[in-house]
Amino acid sequence: MNIMFDLLLVAALLLSAVRALTVREPFRAVVLFIIFGVLMALAWARLDAPDIALAEAAIGAGLTGALLLDTLGHLNAVARGERR
Amino acid sequence: MLLLRLLVLGAAAALGTIMVTAIRALPAGASELPARLQAALPASGVSHPVTAVLLNFRGYDTLLEVAVLLLAVLGVQGGRQRNRGAATGPIAPQPALQALARLLVPPMIMVAGYLLWAGAHAPGGAFQAAAVLGGAAVLLRMAGSIGNWNAPQSALRAALVAGLLVFLAVAAAGLSSGSLLRYPSGLAALLILLVEASLTVSLGLMLAGLFLWQPDAPGGGRQ
Repeated sequence: MNIMFDLLLVAALLLSAVRALTVREPFRAVVLFIIFGVLMALAWARLDAPDIALAEAAIGAGLTGALLLDTLGHLNAVARGERR
Repeated sequence: MLLLRLLVLGAAAALGTIMVTAIRALPAGASELPARLQAALPASGVSHPVTAVLLNFRGYDTLLEVAVLLLAVLGVQGGRQRNRGAATGPIAPQPALQALARLLVPPMIMVAGYLLWAGAHAPGGAFQAAAVLGGAAVLLRMAGSIGNWNAPQSALRAALVAGLLVFLAVAAAGLSSGSLLRYPSGLAALLILLVEASLTVSLGLMLAGLFLWQPDAPGGGRQ
């Protein structure tokens, strides 16, 4: 039972990481990165490292995701010519 | 382009396989550090081994880490000052997100306080509590409840560096009992709590500042 969960987690981690790097639209890449962060927090929890899991979920998935989305907004506005 | 991507993927897969093989070849239980950690734990002032290592046995690393985070926030500010036209303008209040924020932010602050307190005997600690506080600030910003920090005044700036300064002061106070950052025996638990509390506030503000601290765009910015 546990081994199945771990294998699925590893497969999901690899899949989301590869897709985050190869997908065309940057927005999808950022969303996949956030998903990767949440799955990574699960992986840390499975490895008996709850402190790192807490930090990864909050910072890796939450804060970095928000910063990336903010940057994406700026890039889109620059591309539209609104701002320099 | 596709060939380059395949090459990079192949190299990464090869590196991963080599690392997995190397780790699996290590003998299990080869290090005596866990036993020494358990033996020294009662003298450290906390009962959770991770917190003891972070704040007591390897306190230097944490101290330098906080300094690095502060430098990161300042570095981000340098980039934003140069690129002033790109500041995010005021976000219109979003009713649904604001209702969610009203529900979530008070428990988030309580969770941060709990994580800070629980760090002594369970998983938690200053960094985790600060991450929750930073997330609460980001949520409030996205809901339109708070605005950007356009020109932080001295109180906010002092709070940003207060964690590092308190840690440095505690480290300097350890000089009296020998070397830098050596807690006087018996006071270790109290000093660790003091350092963690100030770190929580400062790091939470630093993480929020990474997102919120946008200098004014020339001419008022996007409305």
